[in-house]
Amino acid sequence: MVVLKGRVWKFGDDVDTDVIIPAKYLRSVDKTVWPKHVLEGLDPEFSSKIKPGDIIVAGKNFGCGSSREQAALAIKWAGAAAVVAESFARIFFRNAINNGLPLIEAKGISKAVGEGDVIEIDLDSGGVKTKNGALRSAPLPPFLQEILKSGGLVNYYKAHNK
Amino acid sequence: MGMTISEKILARASGNEAVHPGEYVVCRIDLAMIHDLTGPLTLKVLKEVGYERPWDADKVVIILDHQVPANSTVTAQLHKDLREYAKKYSIKNYHEVGRQGVCHQILAEQYVKPGMLVVGADSHTCTLGALGAFATGIGSTEMASVYLTGEMWFRVPQTIRCDLKNKLRDGVSSKDVILNIIGTLGVDGGLYCAAEFTGGGVGSLSVDSRLTMCNMAIEMGGKTGIINPDKRTLEYTGVKEAPLKSDPDAEYYRTLEVDLATLEPQVAMPHSVDNVKPICEAGNVIADQVFIGSCTNGRLEDLEAAAKILSGRKVSPNTRLIVIPASQRIYLEAEERGYLRTFIQAGGVVCNPNCGPCLGGHMGILADGENCISTSNRNFIGRMGSTAAKVYLASPQTAAATAIEGRLADPRKYMRG
Repeated sequence: MVVLKGRVWKFGDDVDTDVIIPAKYLRSVDKTVWPKHVLEGLDPEFSSKIKPGDIIVAGKNFGCGSSREQAALAIKWAGAAAVVAESFARIFFRNAINNGLPLIEAKGISKAVGEGDVIEIDLDSGGVKTKNGALRSAPLPPFLQEILKSGGLVNYYKAHNK
Repeated sequence: MGMTISEKILARASGNEAVHPGEYVVCRIDLAMIHDLTGPLTLKVLKEVGYERPWDADKVVIILDHQVPANSTVTAQLHKDLREYAKKYSIKNYHEVGRQGVCHQILAEQYVKPGMLVVGADSHTCTLGALGAFATGIGSTEMASVYLTGEMWFRVPQTIRCDLKNKLRDGVSSKDVILNIIGTLGVDGGLYCAAEFTGGGVGSLSVDSRLTMCNMAIEMGGKTGIINPDKRTLEYTGVKEAPLKSDPDAEYYRTLEVDLATLEPQVAMPHSVDNVKPICEAGNVIADQVFIGSCTNGRLEDLEAAAKILSGRKVSPNTRLIVIPASQRIYLEAEERGYLRTFIQAGGVVCNPNCGPCLGGHMGILADGENCISTSNRNFIGRMGSTAAKVYLASPQTAAATAIEGRLADPRKYMRG
């Protein structure tokens, strides 16, 4: 059973990939650049506030917009353990799983938690524990959990020697 | 029960007789596109996995389009990496500087046929659904996986039907139609869905106009925009055989009706694509810059509409007009027809085909406090440069009228009978 416990950073609805990581930083394939600018479109100081193991909580349609995978990577490499949202944009969803960033779609999460709360996520069952009670979500299908547990698609391929 | 065109394509590509919304299927990919912004990350992932050769070099397309010609040493290196990769693996579908264009336009002109399953490492790949293909955007790592296997998993989407009735009036375009639809459904109104445009209104629209509508399906969260192929599609793609189409008894998740005959020019106000108003309610908006171009509205028909309005007129002294044709083919045709001359004589700038300022790359980045009226597809905070700039999305007609007046303007007064 994989359980993640972390402090919450809260964002609103429709957080788009341009505010997660503006296009001007995409030119580099240098791993250190993207986390430094994560979510700077909404909070220019965010990269210095987030600590390893923290959890991002957001409203509906998180990650909408561009297919830039750097959005998922910026969040992961900045140290976030997971993102919990009311819903996710589909390309972001795939990018996150493919890079081993856990996502939980939990209806009611934005009302149930506040900034700085500590929440607990059970990745196997999709359950989220908050100080205002537990939320349930549909767990990921088994083959996606497998990719996530491998740490993303690259490791998955290496492990399966495809 | 019948199937939609999207379900039929996914069934065909997964080797199933039928598929149903919500089902997970593994499909063979017919065409896979990368470009200079997302492609380098795909190559990096392939290197990490330790196997770089694409599953089928003829099904791979590599296009330089985001920053062309290279605008920095960093970009130059990315272009070089893609160029060398294409050479190493004998990828003939590599589009070098001078043979380039915005990737989705190049795919429409040269590669995509009805019934294909197309993926691209760019969210606006959904544009190609206008040709009766199922086309969707994916990330770079996922693309690496496609390169390795030629396959990808899909969750079969539900389909939202947008039924278009009647015909557009002069000065109103398919951009206004799609902005209106996104304004109604919201930026997540089509999340995970295919948006299928149907009805007599679609039949009245050119292929250029249809590409504009499908292009923006992603702006309401859609997996693809899609249009059943008709005579115009077959003519455009040079295909003769009967393509896949939705069955009359196919099941739709939701149906939305739009009356084209009563539609007015629309504007998506900052900073969300669903913040849409008819132009008469948009208020007094100063235009520091006007951009006509992008994968949404850089096609010949768009340049023609703008040139007709700008012909014999001048761009306002308070405004900068930037025009970027979407491909070399369009660039040349617009030159031959005199549109480029019209833009230049009006006091505008014409740049070579590429994505330009749409995503804040180059060729017209905005400063703090500036407004841009743009024919592109996103008005997110910071999209075209400064986070303190504002982007208003509109049609090429509205953009041209705006360039003349220096403030957001209704193009219908410039229509010549």
